Amino acid sequence: MRSNISAFLSGLLFAIGLGISGMTDPANVLGFLDLAGDWDYRLAFVMGGAIAVHAALRPFIHKRERPLFAATFPSFSASGVDRRLLVGAGLFGVGWGLGGYCPGPALASLATGATQLLVFVPAMFAGMALAQVPRARRSASAGTPVPGASPTP
Amino acid sequence: MISSLLPPLLGGALIGLSASLLLLANGRVAGISGVVGSLLAPVRGDVAWRVLFLAGLLTGGLLLAWLRPGSFPAPTSLSAGGALLLVGAGLLVGFGSRLGNGCTSGHGVCGISRGSARSIAATLTFMATGVLTVFLIRHVL
Repeated sequence: MRSNISAFLSGLLFAIGLGISGMTDPANVLGFLDLAGDWDYRLAFVMGGAIAVHAALRPFIHKRERPLFAATFPSFSASGVDRRLLVGAGLFGVGWGLGGYCPGPALASLATGATQLLVFVPAMFAGMALAQVPRARRSASAGTPVPGASPTP
Repeated sequence: MISSLLPPLLGGALIGLSASLLLLANGRVAGISGVVGSLLAPVRGDVAWRVLFLAGLLTGGLLLAWLRPGSFPAPTSLSAGGALLLVGAGLLVGFGSRLGNGCTSGHGVCGISRGSARSIAATLTFMATGVLTVFLIRHVL
């Protein structure tokens, strides 16, 4: 129960952060990606601020043996940079540059009911499902759990 | 100058705080594509927190729309071409983020905070293709 409350609060905080930072307006995002135009560098400070805070707090969090309401901290496989990662990130970037939306801001913006999001979000879920079909099949045949269930990235 | 940097910094700090809360309390990485995408292939016992995180994200959006409507672009009508573009964008964002195991939040924020080489490579890659896409659309086509 408490783990659900903390997850809810984390989602809430995430959305507020996206809104305040300007990430929920695709015009800002596209302005940031438009290096050759009138470059809007401000969004670099969003990622900078987020990394600074999270990187500063992580060591204190990991001093604990386990999370407050869970058994373990995420573990990450030692797999290096592979083609799948780069192709996925590359395609993601193209979509991001086309629409100005990445998953967090798109979902947080759903509340506005704007047609843009009613088109983008279902397409995004369809894309996610498409990426997961072969994985689920492979895992089922190999008898291993679906990678999506493990901590990402 | 400084005042225009304050909102991105403050908003970013809240995102970092949110990721820290999820790690501290739930032992999870706040990568939106991973948190939400895994709901499409639900695993027993691993659903509730994801749904609640998504509910928080949506509620946060509602709060913003109410208290800070300027967070979102002014409503405009969507042309057929614009809709098609957004469908393509959504498909690529969804497919790419799952294939590459993360998006702006998972790789860009959480992964880089951890010093993950995979996340740094992914972030540089999606930044590069994003910049290239915007360049082609705005300055070439």
